[in-house]
Amino acid sequence: MKKYYLNYLDELESEAIFILREVWAQFQNPVLLFSGGKDSILVAHLAQKAFYPSKIPFSFLHVDTGHNFPETIDFRDQLMNQLEVELIVGSVQKSIDQGRVSEERGKNATRNALQITTLLDTIEDHKIDCAIGGGRRDEEKSRAKERFFSHRDDFGQWDPKNQRPELWNILNGKHFEGEHFRAFPISNWTEMDVWNYLKRENIAIPSLYKAHQRDVVWRNESWIPVSKHLVLTEDESIQTKKIRFRTLGDITITGGIESDADTLEKIIAEVAALKQTERGNRSDDKRSDSAMEDRKRQGYF
Amino acid sequence: MQIDNNQLLRFTTAGSVDDGKSTLIGRLLYDSKAIFEDQLEDIALTSKRKGYDGVDLALFTDGLRDEREQGITIDVAYRYFTTPKRKFIIADTPGHIQYTRNMVTGASTANVAIILIDARKGVIEQTKRHAFIASLLQIPHIIVCVNKMDLIDYSEEIYNQIIVQFEEFSSKLYAKDIRFIPISALDGDNVVNRSKNIDWYHSAPLLNTLENLHISSDINKIDARFPVQTVLRPQREGFIDYRGYAGRLASGILRPGDHVTVMPSGFTSTIKSIDTMDESLTEAFAPMSMTITLNDDIDVGRGDMIVKTANQPRATQEFDTMLCWLNNENATPRTKYTILHTSNEQKAMIKSIMYKIDINTYNREEENKELSMNDIARVKIRTTRPLMIDEYRDNRTTGSFILIDDLTHETVAAGMIL
Repeated sequence: MKKYYLNYLDELESEAIFILREVWAQFQNPVLLFSGGKDSILVAHLAQKAFYPSKIPFSFLHVDTGHNFPETIDFRDQLMNQLEVELIVGSVQKSIDQGRVSEERGKNATRNALQITTLLDTIEDHKIDCAIGGGRRDEEKSRAKERFFSHRDDFGQWDPKNQRPELWNILNGKHFEGEHFRAFPISNWTEMDVWNYLKRENIAIPSLYKAHQRDVVWRNESWIPVSKHLVLTEDESIQTKKIRFRTLGDITITGGIESDADTLEKIIAEVAALKQTERGNRSDDKRSDSAMEDRKRQGYF
Repeated sequence: MQIDNNQLLRFTTAGSVDDGKSTLIGRLLYDSKAIFEDQLEDIALTSKRKGYDGVDLALFTDGLRDEREQGITIDVAYRYFTTPKRKFIIADTPGHIQYTRNMVTGASTANVAIILIDARKGVIEQTKRHAFIASLLQIPHIIVCVNKMDLIDYSEEIYNQIIVQFEEFSSKLYAKDIRFIPISALDGDNVVNRSKNIDWYHSAPLLNTLENLHISSDINKIDARFPVQTVLRPQREGFIDYRGYAGRLASGILRPGDHVTVMPSGFTSTIKSIDTMDESLTEAFAPMSMTITLNDDIDVGRGDMIVKTANQPRATQEFDTMLCWLNNENATPRTKYTILHTSNEQKAMIKSIMYKIDINTYNREEENKELSMNDIARVKIRTTRPLMIDEYRDNRTTGSFILIDDLTHETVAAGMIL
């Protein structure tokens, strides 16, 4: 007898496509938050599938901290061309120049938290009512409580204790003017699922995910790439290592791991054996026990 | 790792800290290597700061700061682990606060419910509550884990007594598949590995059971129901005349050439193609997402349902349903709510409340008909336009709906159609 069941990757794909189509049907002006990282590349690919043979019917939004890996920006521009979608860029530098936010100080200063203001300003300026993100529930403990359709009040804030219950596959995107939603179509994917799917679908990713030679500095228990934004302290020295990145954030805070994995097959084998979470190398999450929850409440991705 | 045929299984766990629920989840995650070193270090540090002996695995399942501070679980949390045989999603629901609302949410998509019983206490009120909700939400499989067997000296006699106790009341429920497993979550007996201490039990341990349960028939493959989410009209080269209806097949199987009816309009046609970006399919089954084109140019839009002409759901403006109230504000009969049913959105009102159910005793309450948070009742709903419905028992997608308060936009109730 024929087996009428989907394997888990097909089921996750079908669920994500369903959610993306619900976003399009329920909102006036949704955008896809695009960071250039593997999760947002995956969501872009799923959006292509959801609307084929139509083009992806919404714009992409990139919050540009100015502290990017150059490879990420090249990759982004190429993909936008290929998908024929419009790109909205929210600039953190502009928010700083306009006095909306001010730079953090000190050795571990980052522009990570500053993105919140830029993101919320861009959402307001462009009258965006839903921002689709590549957040996954397995990434971080407060994300485990996130809904597919996650409500944000008119200050852009998340109230995790007062979320709408989400039953079956019925998604409630009702909101008042000025409020918006975040939608997370790959909530149920794990890091491993993402890699297995990227490989299966032969999806291109930035070279940064694959092992390469790079000048780096040992800081906060990981290899921080050398860039024009990096200020060395006296006891730090530049070394050349073969590394790769498990996640891509700002070049100032995203630590690499030493690795020989230069193909997707090798990366998958490596991820399966790793003993640290992928965000373990992100110093933005290490600031406190509830660093992510606090940022999310304020309106972070 | 072989991944090609591995299925996804969703299960829900209900219970309080005392039942060892968090320990059980911690055990499954830990033994399947889904807990990473930095996460373990995190909770070891928090355990130490709180002055606990050893590492409290329960901390791993508490995601929000308030939960960690107060030692309670507030909201449904989702956990993931994978074995060489399956991928698992756990909907971990709190046992105390707003238990009904959260348990109903977690249960709504689950294939399996794990009900934990403390072997020293046997069946208690909470056990009945969990079993009732599992049956109300029609979770296809129930696994009753009799936990803390180590504390009753692995007694087969006590275990058998508990099974009898459970079956006494579960016979009143509509549950298709109930299994029992004696475990000790703390020591790992019969969780991942077979217990040496419980040598009289010869069936599979919990994880093995979860890996091998037959879940392919959990989705209805008889009644083809395709709720249209959106219409795709590419207007680009090569697709100028393309008009596709995008959605996810809720149940059943569809093939090109099938005679179909579009509801509620009643127009009929045949399926021209079933498309995805990768290929055009010769056959599609639930829960696939796809795009359907028809051989006739008829009016189809979001909220419509494409079904086989020979097998149609009920189109009606009035129906009986079990309703679970989820909001702090009480229900107000004859007020208009927005109803979401598949991709269909209409206005609805609660025409009458027939009775409430006490989920601890299963007794009907016909006197007090005020519907407040966490109440479950049988009600009559009337809608402004017809909905295309099936009984929830036959179809979890076309048999379910939610009500939304138009003043707050909050989801206030969940319904299972009778």
